[in-house]
Amino acid sequence: MDFAFFLIQLLNGLQYGLLLFLVASGLTLIFGIMGIINLAHGSFYMVGAYLAWSLSSMTGSLTAAILLAIPLTVILGMALERLLFRHLYQRDHLYQVLLTYGLILVFEELRSLIWGDDVHGVAVPALLNASIPLTDNLSYPVYRLAISGVCLLLAAGLYFLIQKTRLGMMIRAGASNRDMVQSLGIDIKLIYTLVFALGIALAAFAGMINAPLSSVFPNMGGQVLIICFVVVVIGGIGSVKGAMAASLIIGLAETFGQVLVPEVAGMIVYVLMAIVLVWRPEGLFGRA
Amino acid sequence: MNKNEKAGYDRREFLLGSTAIAGVAAAGTLLPGGTALAQQGKLKVGLMLPYTGTFAQLGVAITNGFKLAVDERGGKLGGREIEYFTVDDESNPAKAPENVNKLVQRDKVDVVIGTVHSGVVMGMAKVLKESGTLWINPNGGAGAMTGAACAPNFFRTSFSNWQTTHALGKVLKAKGHKNAVFITWKYAAGEEMMEGFKEGFEKEGGKLTKELYVPFPQVEFQALLTEIASIKPDAVVAFFAGGGAAKFLKDYQAAGLKGKIPLYGSGFLTDGVLDAVGDAGEGVETTLHYADGLDTKKDKAFRLAYAKTYKLQPDVYAVQGYDAGQLLAAGLDGVKGNVSDKAGVIKAMEAAKIDSPRGTWTLSKSHNPVQDMYLRKVVGKENKVQGVAWKALADPARGCKA
Repeated sequence: MDFAFFLIQLLNGLQYGLLLFLVASGLTLIFGIMGIINLAHGSFYMVGAYLAWSLSSMTGSLTAAILLAIPLTVILGMALERLLFRHLYQRDHLYQVLLTYGLILVFEELRSLIWGDDVHGVAVPALLNASIPLTDNLSYPVYRLAISGVCLLLAAGLYFLIQKTRLGMMIRAGASNRDMVQSLGIDIKLIYTLVFALGIALAAFAGMINAPLSSVFPNMGGQVLIICFVVVVIGGIGSVKGAMAASLIIGLAETFGQVLVPEVAGMIVYVLMAIVLVWRPEGLFGRA
Repeated sequence: MNKNEKAGYDRREFLLGSTAIAGVAAAGTLLPGGTALAQQGKLKVGLMLPYTGTFAQLGVAITNGFKLAVDERGGKLGGREIEYFTVDDESNPAKAPENVNKLVQRDKVDVVIGTVHSGVVMGMAKVLKESGTLWINPNGGAGAMTGAACAPNFFRTSFSNWQTTHALGKVLKAKGHKNAVFITWKYAAGEEMMEGFKEGFEKEGGKLTKELYVPFPQVEFQALLTEIASIKPDAVVAFFAGGGAAKFLKDYQAAGLKGKIPLYGSGFLTDGVLDAVGDAGEGVETTLHYADGLDTKKDKAFRLAYAKTYKLQPDVYAVQGYDAGQLLAAGLDGVKGNVSDKAGVIKAMEAAKIDSPRGTWTLSKSHNPVQDMYLRKVVGKENKVQGVAWKALADPARGCKA
């Protein structure tokens, strides 16, 4: 591997890491900050991707599809929180696991009924459908770079929301002691509904924006679910910063792993997770 | 720690949750499935195929094809009516022995038809070798089924993974490519296809420069595409399927490699995904035992009948299911429906010449099809046949001593 290709692989790794952050950001919020184990995270990712596909084939534009789909997923998130999740906050985590596992099955079946079992492609928006030549035979798709930009903006926005705003303060306070926050006169129920809906919308948004790259297919959510949990566990529960660091580390490890030690590339991230769990059980940026 | 303090809970609870999922998944197999006692005289056919999950459509296509073959014979095989028993294998290898036992021990079927996933196929092989039940596999290409694990009662009407890429060596040589890299998922089917290609290509004097593996079922190809660009081989050969294949074709184009380094593959790379990939598949050449535009009488008749019955276009999986029905019919005709004469059925099936939509084929000694492999090229939304890449290709059936 000469130096130019090393740099390109570095870019690949960072870009993949940012993509992972995007996909895991909804889980960071719901699992990391609200403390709810949401196994259906991947299903919302899939719902987002299928919405992007069906709405963009109706409207002819991915941008329009995303603008239409985001409110839909926010409503979906609020409804689920009101009807289902709200009743489980005080219960053991096992109940959340059972509920969200059930949701995986429900969403997968609904997907099959509504959209069928075919593989579908979503066109890259014309404006971003170009490539930048890097070497004589390799070029880099502009859309991938654009997604990286969106990921960075999203990361900054999330960090600002949670660490710097009043709402963020209330969210963090609610996460560490719900009853106390409530007795201080803050409408914690509303805040939880909002945060949950935001988390769902983020997962779905990741699916939408990633749809042109990944295509849209059954069980696509299952693939992202595990890696999202790895991101949150390595990064540390409750830390947006940690999730970002973990995403980048995983992105680089996977990229260079595939090239340098292809035989064990599939295990690398899990070995990494095991090491982090032994060395820092609270995660890289987690609160001990 | 206060009971209400949630932020600091640890991962043990998450792991506990995972165990619960496994429990729930296992409970799914307890669904009521028992049918009343079989009526006397009917031939009991057990269909063990995926009816849910990623491969659900393949399971349906195979079932449709099989039933079409039976319906064409007036709903009877060897003069006997058919009673179907169905098990959804969910493409789950862990549950394969349990699922096949439902058909063999509970329903006492005369013949098992299944399945798509190679891992499940190998799970079935263990049970069926012991029970000796007739078995026709209409898809899963695991080499071992008609190789090291072969048995007199095992039959396959589809392909071995090795077969789907072996003919590509000749194709690449004819195009003047001297070296190539192979890229696929790191799992059994991918590795077997890689072996099939490597053997065929090296026999022609070609050199497989590098084997590139993506962990299954990941679809992040960017790092390896960069690797391909730095190696600059004469050609790239790939095997992916379904959503992974669609993404690979699009990424290959987006990385600027399309048109610079020609792409070849096992036919599954371009089957069932062409609607999803736009023009990213255009011109990609693959080998498989079926193609669009074969234009034979049998193929035309089959396509018409299938479309009329199911309001769907048939695919290679439907053909494999149809041929499973045809092979079983040949076996039962040979013994006039007396399925208890197992040796007679096996003999008749071994001797059968199957008039398939893909062209006529026979069985090898290890009961895998000896069949023509077509060279196909993506033109628009079709895998147009370009010619026969290898006439009557037989799997080497390594390790088969039955």
